[in-house]
Amino acid sequence: MSKTKKTIISLLIIAGLIAVIPLFTLKGAEFGGSDDAGSKVVSEITGSEYEPWFTPVMETWIGGELPGEIESLLFCVQTGIGVGVIAFLMGRLVERNKIENKKNKIK
Amino acid sequence: MNKKEKRIVALAAAFTLVFGVAPAANAMHIMEGYLPPQFCIIWGVICVPFIVAGYLSIKKTLSEHRRAITILAMAGAFVFVLSSLKIPSVTGSCSHMTGTGLGAILFGPSAVSILGIIVLIFQAILLAHGGLTTLGANTFSMAIAGPFVSYGIYKLCRILKINKYVGIFLAASIGDLFTYCVTSIQLALAYPSENGGVMVSAAKFLAVFAPTQVPLAIIEGILTVVIIIGLETYAKPELKGLGLVNGGED
Repeated sequence: MSKTKKTIISLLIIAGLIAVIPLFTLKGAEFGGSDDAGSKVVSEITGSEYEPWFTPVMETWIGGELPGEIESLLFCVQTGIGVGVIAFLMGRLVERNKIENKKNKIK
Repeated sequence: MNKKEKRIVALAAAFTLVFGVAPAANAMHIMEGYLPPQFCIIWGVICVPFIVAGYLSIKKTLSEHRRAITILAMAGAFVFVLSSLKIPSVTGSCSHMTGTGLGAILFGPSAVSILGIIVLIFQAILLAHGGLTTLGANTFSMAIAGPFVSYGIYKLCRILKINKYVGIFLAASIGDLFTYCVTSIQLALAYPSENGGVMVSAAKFLAVFAPTQVPLAIIEGILTVVIIIGLETYAKPELKGLGLVNGGED
């Protein structure tokens, strides 16, 4: 295995660990969004429950809050689009590299 | 219950926990309707010149290096992926990364404003995450302020001759962190504390956002370095065109 590969793999492992460790060390934590925490601070500062003056368009369209499952579905779609594009292009680049290397060898 | 059954129950419980936790997450960005209208308009107006500059910058880059469009698409997709991954953090709440550092390093900060606004519109309309009224403010923090800081730090590291990967790491992670600082200040400007004013409430918002974001900023830095190493290996011609790899220099 080349040195670059080793570096990349160890970097990815570190990134994965940073992401996962809180889940195990903070048992029972809620892991809500820091978004909600933000709105709590808003009501703390203004001294009253803040009433947002505009509801998200999606919630207006479907007449209610977006169900949690659907929300995670849409988030997955977003991830999927991104990963798809990256993987496809990266694959193309890798193949192109291979072909070019071959050509250079023949020359 | 024998041992095997116990294990199955434990696994099932863990499974439920993981999936029960995920949808509850609802990370940062300023929430829809949470900024008074005049602030929405001001932030929106501030963004306009950056968006225009971004459009022109992308147009120029692409006319000079036609093939760089692949890399641009990848930078955009990187923002897409990272801003959709909500990751648990040490404070017990979730947040997500911005992914804008990569684009800023490769294409310059103004180009990222276009990539960022696409993601923000997607999330605001479909995910009720962020919002259309707060689009201006969120664009400013995530797609303008963060990338500009990233780019500045990257350039500074180049001038100081700091190792390139360390520079990229610092640029991406500090840019990510700065995005949240800007968000805090934006909220503070809209909600100054009654005793102490803007600074006090900025500190309060920062106390909520910053500790959550630090580990994520580190992850973002690492991922950006990984992607850049990958691109350097397989897409040298494009990166050369963008001026990131200069001939034989490392």
